[in-house]
Amino acid sequence: MMSLAFWRNPRVAFGILVVLALAIAAAGAPWLSPHDPLDQDLLNSFQKPAWSGGDAAYPLGTDSLGRDILSRLIYGARAALIVAFVAALFAGLLGTALGLAAGYFGGRLDVAISRLVDVWMSFPSVLLCIVLAAVLGAGLHTVVIAIIVIDWTRFCRVVRAEVMVQKSHDYVASAITIGLSSWRVLGSEILPNVAPLLLTLFTLEMGIAIVVEAILSFVGLSVSSGVPTWGGIIQEGRLYVNQAWWLMALPMTCIVVAVLGLNALGDGLRAALDPVKSK
Amino acid sequence: MSINYILKRLLWALPTLFGVAVVVFVLVRVVPGDPIAMMLPPGATQEDVGRLRASYGLDAPIAKQFLVWSGDVLQGDFGASISLRDQVLPLILGRLPATLELVAVAVAAACVLATLLAVLGVYFRGRWPEVAVDGVTGFTLAIPDFLWGLIFILVLGVLVPVLPISGRVDPTGAFDPATGFYIIEALLTLQFAALADLLKHIVLPAAALALPLAAALTRVLKGSLADAMNQDYVTLARVKGYSRLRTLWQVALRNALIPTVTLTGVQFSFLIGGTVLIEHLFSYPGIGNLAIAAVIQRDLPLIQGLVLTFAVLFILTNLIVDMTYSALNPKVKQG
Repeated sequence: MMSLAFWRNPRVAFGILVVLALAIAAAGAPWLSPHDPLDQDLLNSFQKPAWSGGDAAYPLGTDSLGRDILSRLIYGARAALIVAFVAALFAGLLGTALGLAAGYFGGRLDVAISRLVDVWMSFPSVLLCIVLAAVLGAGLHTVVIAIIVIDWTRFCRVVRAEVMVQKSHDYVASAITIGLSSWRVLGSEILPNVAPLLLTLFTLEMGIAIVVEAILSFVGLSVSSGVPTWGGIIQEGRLYVNQAWWLMALPMTCIVVAVLGLNALGDGLRAALDPVKSK
Repeated sequence: MSINYILKRLLWALPTLFGVAVVVFVLVRVVPGDPIAMMLPPGATQEDVGRLRASYGLDAPIAKQFLVWSGDVLQGDFGASISLRDQVLPLILGRLPATLELVAVAVAAACVLATLLAVLGVYFRGRWPEVAVDGVTGFTLAIPDFLWGLIFILVLGVLVPVLPISGRVDPTGAFDPATGFYIIEALLTLQFAALADLLKHIVLPAAALALPLAAALTRVLKGSLADAMNQDYVTLARVKGYSRLRTLWQVALRNALIPTVTLTGVQFSFLIGGTVLIEHLFSYPGIGNLAIAAVIQRDLPLIQGLVLTFAVLFILTNLIVDMTYSALNPKVKQG
């Protein structure tokens, strides 16, 4: 299904590299980190990164409590990847289920679901997210739930539109004519044809989820500093930005690279899987 | 564009507003954390808490609270803010002009930037400027406004401090505005020193909001411009002796605007949502910043009023986008 051109596309290669790096950092955090991310060393607070004259024991410097930034970033990758994967997965499942139902069955069900999506999207998503976080209390599970509750609409709209296109194709009519049940038609005929699109949306959603985690940490609604997250490190770094710029710059770089990588991968997938564009 | 159509659209907005109001009303009432208990000094008795709760009407069942609240709202009374001890409506109206100015500057900047980039890209088709435009838009689009805000604060506010990163106006300045629309007022009263200061403050937050929007606009506009350049009327203009640039600017651009407005309408509403974080990030005194403070303080009446305000802004934005669309394209008749 994937042509050679897909793998040779530099953007896709960059995207895959970023996802691999994230996965390795997440899985190997305890072995890759030079220090415990929570260990405080007050004598060594605000160490500069090693390349600008800091202590080599702390390659990327330390924060206000003398905690090792590199280790905190590696553990932050773990939190980011888990949040992104779980949130995108469940937002995708919920949105796809509703989108499939609305697009395939049409009629009143479609009107009801589409109207719900419209009302949902007329909330400012950031505000809804913050209200939800306040309701659910701080924690990574809050971030995940908030993303699912807000972003299922992205999947729902796109899947509904795509199902309506697929439904007009002959293969669906033939499947119905030979007497397959609605479930069979949806599950084994339409879903496989929507899957490439879902994969693209899923990749892009992971990027969005990483940013949402950072936003909630930044507003102070994600997790306590006991769990290192990229957003949390930025939030702490902002307080000392005039004396230690790297506290903000390093986690921001992580987020930007992760988001660019996931976007590049999503765009590459979209181009490779779109039969019109790949010609 | 008939008055009837506009009225009909506004009428349709009412069920949406009602839905938004119900959801927010219920959501904020299941929030753990008691705003009333936070208002009283530590020595307060249960009786004091109860009395204060009753004075805000928070002891009634949720359905009854909603009825009372929506009845008041219909009469223009949004209640009193719990944390700021002031009426909600004047609070919001006082902050709204700041947000509207920020949005207007961001949208205007995004439109100008996108038009220039798209024309540049299409004019130099297949040569390096087009590649550069595509590269820059792809990169800009991938990074959301929140990250742009952080990047600007770090790079242009701290590392190379060239622009202010907080507030709307220099608090030590002599500018004493009579209205909430500072920029317009400074312009009309010819206070150029104040105007320069206001513009300096708005550059970074507006740019953070404008960049992703500009990138999305550029992408769509460039595509439609390229399509328009292949049409017969463009060939006709060229035959008539128009230069390539003039054809692009005067003939193709007008036709390319229609698909651009249609496809990017939803982006404008994203921008309004974006103000919440950007205002918080730059301590800009608009309704977005107020909203985050309200949620953190569990200020129920203020949250409700603000969310409704945002919903109204969303609905109006969509209406304006649709009206622009039919104004640009006389073939579309709505009824």
